[in-house]
Amino acid sequence: MDSAMTADTRVVASSVRRRGRYYHLRRFSFISLNYLMLTIIGLISSIPLFWMISTSLKESGKEFRFPPELIPYPVAWNNYIDVWGDTGIHQFFLNSVFITVLATIGTIITSSMVAFGFARINFPGRGPLFVLMLSTMMLPGIVTLVPQFVLFRYMKWIDTPLPLIVPFWFGGGAFFIFLVRQFMLQLPKELDEAALADGASYLRIYWNIILPLTGPALATVAIFSVQSHWNEFISPLIFLNSETWRTLALALRSFLVDASDFAAIPPWNQLMASGVIMLVPILVLFFAAQRYFIRGIALSGLTGR
Amino acid sequence: MTAANVQQARPRRRLWFGGARATRYAWGYFFISPWVLGFLIFTAYPMIYSAVISFTQFDLLTPPKFIGAANFNRMVHDKLFYISLGNTAYYTFISVPLQIVLALAMALVLNQKLRGINTFRTIFYLPTVTPTVASVILFVYMFNLDFGFFNWLLSLVGIPAVYWLGDPVWVKPAFIIMSLWTVGPQMVIFLAGLQSVPETLIEAAAIDGAGLLRRFWHVTVPMITPVIFFNLVIGIIGSFQVFTVAFIATAGGPVNATLFYVLWLYQHAFEFFKMGYAATVAWVLLAIIMIFTLLQFLIARKWVYYEGAGN
Repeated sequence: MDSAMTADTRVVASSVRRRGRYYHLRRFSFISLNYLMLTIIGLISSIPLFWMISTSLKESGKEFRFPPELIPYPVAWNNYIDVWGDTGIHQFFLNSVFITVLATIGTIITSSMVAFGFARINFPGRGPLFVLMLSTMMLPGIVTLVPQFVLFRYMKWIDTPLPLIVPFWFGGGAFFIFLVRQFMLQLPKELDEAALADGASYLRIYWNIILPLTGPALATVAIFSVQSHWNEFISPLIFLNSETWRTLALALRSFLVDASDFAAIPPWNQLMASGVIMLVPILVLFFAAQRYFIRGIALSGLTGR
Repeated sequence: MTAANVQQARPRRRLWFGGARATRYAWGYFFISPWVLGFLIFTAYPMIYSAVISFTQFDLLTPPKFIGAANFNRMVHDKLFYISLGNTAYYTFISVPLQIVLALAMALVLNQKLRGINTFRTIFYLPTVTPTVASVILFVYMFNLDFGFFNWLLSLVGIPAVYWLGDPVWVKPAFIIMSLWTVGPQMVIFLAGLQSVPETLIEAAAIDGAGLLRRFWHVTVPMITPVIFFNLVIGIIGSFQVFTVAFIATAGGPVNATLFYVLWLYQHAFEFFKMGYAATVAWVLLAIIMIFTLLQFLIARKWVYYEGAGN
């Protein structure tokens, strides 16, 4: 053991010597090159967002200039006021908030319940049911959307927010259940055993012991759920026809389509202002909880392992 | 397990209907019941229903009429089936590999312990945060023929304007370029994968005299093949369902160049209200995705390295 370690040290030491005089120079140029790459990719990554904000602040007519103006001058803040008031976007914004919040509450409550069942209680058929649940993640959404439309139409749910909310009160989706379950599996088994010995029911264990410890996982679920419902396009497109419950995503699209139909040239500065209005809540969420975003995605990669 | 344990287990067995074990089972089923009910109502029942109406002619107004395999026959003779499948395959098999290479490159430059690295990670990830509809509309503007950002860039280096979204040749490359801005999730997954590659392995290779490129190719890449595989499988499944971009930006045009499979399916179901035909088309999509995924798992044995799997 001891001799092996000294042999190791000798190898490392000799390799350090072999790195030679130019080691620091090479290290420096490597770091510089890395920073250069970071900057280039960073600049390219920033283009869309920069362009959206820049255009949203241009005076009407200036968005058609070629070559384009990079920094708008004078800054036309009134685009935001116009869009918020005139196009009815505030109503669509509230619709989106309503649907997103209710669907997310359902997702958090029921996904944590189901995850608790799968992670902390042993019952016959648990394994096969869990595999069945995971397999639904692979199912393309459109395959169920066609028959779901028939079902919701029969239930008179079309043109109401119900199809966009109620299904998420039934577990909220396989990925979220999986995510919470993985987190709950890491909590020590003794917690439940001690509580059971003290005569606590599983409902109490879930509510008073496990749930308070699952905060970080639930935060990740909440963030991804908010993001997905806020962005969702195809299901509101299918389930909502009239303006009453139109979501922000649908409104943005019809803003573009209507403008193209009537004026031939859409008012891009106002469209971009609407886009920024849709982006801001998600951006705030992202900056407030970036840690959970990143962790959730990294965890999703583990499903493949 | 001792004899005492076995003896204890026996009387408990007799109490199946009232004992602690039965209570536990009941609680287990109670807790997973939301998912079970949701699965039956919103997944299983619709799937079975969809399978049934795929053998019918159904326009939502009159009751479904049984027509056997006529929908399927019609589909294999439908020119648009092959066009939409070809468009989807073109888009998928070019954009997914490019996304993976780009995401890996981004993860590699982020995988250094340098000052300010977290800020760069945030900046790299930001385009992915942008809501899909907002970013599609933005790109429609940026790809504009007369005053778009991309044609302005081209004009700076003296290349004449390209009619990106109006030219059947350029519209798919335009969509692929668009897709390269939203590789954030793949990047983060690669970053997590890179950080789990043991540093000792890379150091050992360095001591043996392997340069930067050889260390990457012979140590890092084999160690992250499971992550590459994961991104590939998820990427292809997702990309086969591309819809929103084409629906908003081009509505399938010009001359069906962006008529992707799901867009074509959508048109049949929700514009022409041919629910039976749409159900058939949807089931074929499911079959195609399953075959591709299965194939990838088979091929994966040849190139994906799982640590501790014994090879």
